[in-house]
Amino acid sequence: MYRGGQGMWSWILHRVTGVGVMFFLVFHILDTWLVGFGPELYNDVMAIYNHPVFRLGEVGLVGALLFHGLNGVRIVLVDFWPQASLFQKQRQLFYVVVGLFVVLYVPTAWYMIAEILH
Amino acid sequence: MARASVHQRPAGGGFELMAWYFMRVSGLVLIFMALGHVVIMHLINSVETINYAFVASRWALPGWRVYDWVLLALAVLHGANGIRTLIDDYVHRRGWRVVWTSALYVLVFGLLVTGTEVILTFNPVS
Repeated sequence: MYRGGQGMWSWILHRVTGVGVMFFLVFHILDTWLVGFGPELYNDVMAIYNHPVFRLGEVGLVGALLFHGLNGVRIVLVDFWPQASLFQKQRQLFYVVVGLFVVLYVPTAWYMIAEILH
Repeated sequence: MARASVHQRPAGGGFELMAWYFMRVSGLVLIFMALGHVVIMHLINSVETINYAFVASRWALPGWRVYDWVLLALAVLHGANGIRTLIDDYVHRRGWRVVWTSALYVLVFGLLVTGTEVILTFNPVS
């Protein structure tokens, strides 16, 4: 196993974000299923997502999905492009993932939080 | 370094190799489909405006039902295979592995059935 370092962090974050997204997905499929039972029930359930706690959860969900996707591309690159699997390259690729994540997520989270507060 | 990546390509082929490829192919498709879904539903639109009427107008176009069904199937199977990997890694007692794996398969089946049912049969009341 890993003893610290970028490899361990990307591996842990990939698992945690994956489980988090899957956890939400279960509830999201069930809430969408309720649309088949008519407008009253569905609209009541969707109103729960408007609660500020759920809106913050939504910001976290977007971050988890974005990180999982970007890091997933890194994993595919390492798996299919032998050059990228060199230790030094893997480390650089992880920094690229973190950099892209920050550049994409900070404005997105900013926008989403501003929407909650408005 | 025990592992060069999340999970090394399984030797010997068969189901495990197919699952390994599926994770990578579905993952790349999901980057576009799941992030696209998030941008459309959470950024361009908002959970504040998504209600019954919104779903009814969106699903009036068969293309969105197809998109949502493909997203449902890929996301559930990709997520389920990920959980299967976690069970493999963390649950060592044979009895508990059977319990967790069975629960996972029941959950996957239930999610695919309920999701497919609502996408296929939804018919808005006016």
